[in-house]
Amino acid sequence: MHNDESTEDEGPSLASNRTLEIIVALLFLAGSAIVIYDSARLGFGWIEGQGPAPGYFPFYVALAMGIASLVTLFQALRGSFPGGDDSFVSVVGFGRVLTVLIPSVFYVMLIGGVNLGPIGIPGLGLYVASAIFITLFMIFIGKDNPLKSALVGIGIPLTLFFMFEKWFQVPLPKGPLEAMLGY
Amino acid sequence: MTIQKTARLTMGAAAMAVMGATAAHAWEPTKPVEFVIPAGTGGGADQMARFIQGVISKHSLMKQPMIVVNKGGGAGAEGFLEVKGAAGNPHKIIITLSNLFTTPYGTGVPFSYKEMTPVAMLALDQFVLWVNKDAPYKTAKEYIDAVKAAEDKKYKMGGTGSKQEDQIITAALERVTAPKKFVYIPYKGGGEVATQLVGNHVNSSVNNPIEAVAQWRGGALRPLCIFDGKRSTYTAKVTETMAWSDIPTCKESGLPTEYQMLRGIFMPAGVKAEETAFYVDLFKKVRATPDWKEFMEKGAFNDTFMTGADYAKWVAAADKTHFDLMKEAGFLAAGAAAPAAK
Amino acid sequence: MEELSSLMHGFAVVLTPFNLFLMCVGILLGVIIGVLPGLGGANGVAILLPLTFSMPPTSAIIMLTCIYWGALFGGAITSILFNIPGEPWSVATTFDGHPMAQRGRADEALTAAFTSSFIGAFFAVVLITFLAPVVARFALKFGPAEFFAVFFLTFASFIGMGKGSPWKTLAAMCLGLALASVGLDKVTGTLRLTFGHTELLTGFDFLIAVIGLFGIGEILASMESGLKFQGATAKIRMDAVLQTWKKLPQYWATSLRSCAIGCWMGITPGGATPASFMSYALAKRFSKNGDNFGKGEIEGVIAPETAAHAAGTAAMLPMLTLGIPGSPTAAVLLGGLLIWGLQPGPLLFIEQKEFVWGLIASMYLGNVVGLIIVLTCVPLFAAILRIPFSIIAPAILVICAVGAYTVNNSMFDVWLMLVFGLAGYVFNKLGYPLAPLVLAIVLGSKAEESFRQALLGSQGDLTVFFSNWLVGGIMGLGMVMLFWPLIAMVVGKIRGGTKSATA
Repeated sequence: MHNDESTEDEGPSLASNRTLEIIVALLFLAGSAIVIYDSARLGFGWIEGQGPAPGYFPFYVALAMGIASLVTLFQALRGSFPGGDDSFVSVVGFGRVLTVLIPSVFYVMLIGGVNLGPIGIPGLGLYVASAIFITLFMIFIGKDNPLKSALVGIGIPLTLFFMFEKWFQVPLPKGPLEAMLGY
Repeated sequence: MTIQKTARLTMGAAAMAVMGATAAHAWEPTKPVEFVIPAGTGGGADQMARFIQGVISKHSLMKQPMIVVNKGGGAGAEGFLEVKGAAGNPHKIIITLSNLFTTPYGTGVPFSYKEMTPVAMLALDQFVLWVNKDAPYKTAKEYIDAVKAAEDKKYKMGGTGSKQEDQIITAALERVTAPKKFVYIPYKGGGEVATQLVGNHVNSSVNNPIEAVAQWRGGALRPLCIFDGKRSTYTAKVTETMAWSDIPTCKESGLPTEYQMLRGIFMPAGVKAEETAFYVDLFKKVRATPDWKEFMEKGAFNDTFMTGADYAKWVAAADKTHFDLMKEAGFLAAGAAAPAAK
Repeated sequence: MEELSSLMHGFAVVLTPFNLFLMCVGILLGVIIGVLPGLGGANGVAILLPLTFSMPPTSAIIMLTCIYWGALFGGAITSILFNIPGEPWSVATTFDGHPMAQRGRADEALTAAFTSSFIGAFFAVVLITFLAPVVARFALKFGPAEFFAVFFLTFASFIGMGKGSPWKTLAAMCLGLALASVGLDKVTGTLRLTFGHTELLTGFDFLIAVIGLFGIGEILASMESGLKFQGATAKIRMDAVLQTWKKLPQYWATSLRSCAIGCWMGITPGGATPASFMSYALAKRFSKNGDNFGKGEIEGVIAPETAAHAAGTAAMLPMLTLGIPGSPTAAVLLGGLLIWGLQPGPLLFIEQKEFVWGLIASMYLGNVVGLIIVLTCVPLFAAILRIPFSIIAPAILVICAVGAYTVNNSMFDVWLMLVFGLAGYVFNKLGYPLAPLVLAIVLGSKAEESFRQALLGSQGDLTVFFSNWLVGGIMGLGMVMLFWPLIAMVVGKIRGGTKSATA
């Protein structure tokens, strides 16, 4: 849908459509294998008194998914897709995707903190993390004026805070700042 | 663990005894209290929790607001795991239904009532055996005899959820109908079950009174018996001819099956006795309102209140009962642990 | 015409300044709730339910149902503007609504959506007013086999719709079905595909998938093509509403068909979601411009919105007359009725005449008030797209995170949303259709459940799906839909028509 002309004149290609087709088809096959594995554990026949076993439905679904992905994989390997060798994404384009993807990952880390074995960082809560994310995003990616960025960055979480915590009383993740203020 | 728990319970009971005197200085919530419902929106537990929330705000029984959160995933495991993980947090309470016992045994998800602090039993929910009004059976005995006389798996029992209270009762009934069995068909909610029974897609149900009372009053369903040791105490007429108290017990009809469902409150483990005491007191106030009495009668609840050691003892006994019933019916999950010997 | 006089009496009950005030408050709250993903209509009503305990029941239900109407209207706004459906039944609205917004026709899409919603709701209310008792009995005929037939029909009408590889459509739909089966199996109470992870107990909520696939995926795609957002060039036309209204009458057939589908689905209660999908699929089949669906065809907005609103409104009928909720929101309202001391069911129409007719009257008025409020705001909503992308992008990300979190109060879901976002971006570029994927996540577990309930009841006998005229008829219709491309080809051959008929 978004695979329009704009990507063509953007320098070298990072990956071709065909490469991505193969990767995605393999991922689908892996998913199918996982589901079939667990369905086999649960059983996919008929259980007396319970009807079709719990694994019945997922098993056949995964089977169909596997077959469909094999066909796609085969077609991609044979190169029979029209436009299969066109660029999936250019280096420049992918760089731009990363400029929003990587900050988003950091943003989610900031909200809930990180807890990976030895590395344990407590989260800042959603409101503070959002303020930081919006402000920095506007300054560094949107190239906006820092004062305006800070105002928007603080304004949006503040509005959300009143809406969710005060008005609708839906608790969102909160961090040390909110704790200090007694929430 | 067990010793600590006993100690805490004793302390809790002691604290309650002196609570009246010290209420003025007692602990109070300092931030909004989260009220977890281990079930989806619209069900019996949800209705009760939202009703309690309404009563508390209507009569201003608590200074901080109470926020109701539905966490019904995995047959309620989601909600219970949340409370288990919130040890020491006095701003979180949970309302239970039988899935407190059935979910860990049925799915093997590791949680137990022992990992929470019991606050109070609010009421016991009844179960009634219902059939369609066009069915020829006037008593439970006639129905059971018909099941016995027919071929195996001829009769369909509709119920809420799988390996939960409705199916446990069905399994208990099958002890009487043996060797003939019901086909148990699980649905999402009690309202759906009642409608399926009205539409004759199943032959009977064991709906809670509140789930089927509308269809009873509308003349679409007929109650056969109530799964309690004694008849209901509500004598006001529900239909033109019958009151809840006119429904015979199943025992009277030759069905020795009794089952009631806990509607109780728990807190996370490791909370202080005065924190528990606050909630005990709060629910006493809720129960004193006229709204509560009306709600109890509408749903024909068994209006029993218990706290402290009594409540803890009741819960332990109920846990054992559920384990036995589920073991007998073959509902135990592979990883489910037996209740610890006392 | 006893109904008419009862209805007039109902209007008299509703038309007090206090009730009208509550109506406006309810609609506005509802629109806000509908706009914020994660705070769906059911949640919104549940959250505000306790506020109404001190009101008289009629006023309380007026306010709550107005929140519901408002949320239905509001759900369309984010679908069209940002490709983020807040409710399952707004998913189909994104298919053509968002492309319209991208082409600078957001105001037209919004007007069409709001107006169609109103028409759908109005049709359903008229039905409730005059046919309530007759129609309610029809709902009782639906057992598990009939429900499965309905879901089958919905899926069938969607297969073969995409232009891309049928294998990719199949893979995407199966992925959705597999994701839908994660968590507790409701029929046997067994945990499936959780591999011991407690985060997976709740399964994959459709909302997380949709926020990721559509919302985040959209932002990633916009980023790749540079920091521009085509909608930003949209002119604000104050007469957009009137201009769009001129175009609407020519789609009367689509509207009527969608109303019928919506009412049927709302009553049975299949719900608003299958209604919107089915209506979209049928409109695409029968429209002269079927090939343009998905690229910004106004008919593709009219069809799902009309059906969703008709179904949402018609869902009130089984709730009132039988005490079974036709939608999650109706389930919460049902809880409300009990708390206010009213017993829904067959006797409600007799014992609580004032309440029932007040409610029905408020459905008429609430939708009129709602339509006026949202239509006046169309230029305002469309203007949101003029905000620079550097503000909109992070704000949408934040709101998506909030929405994903509130579904289960879990950070895991926020991570999941990012994963779905990446998947949505890649799938879109490779031509894996997202619609069947989302449809499968939304309806997969319900379809599976009714399939197994039906087989359990029949002890494995598959003929249960053709055991009476009702279920057999729906299944037959489903079969026709499933093999429509083949049928169309055969018909085309016979007529000696062109090859394009098979699209």
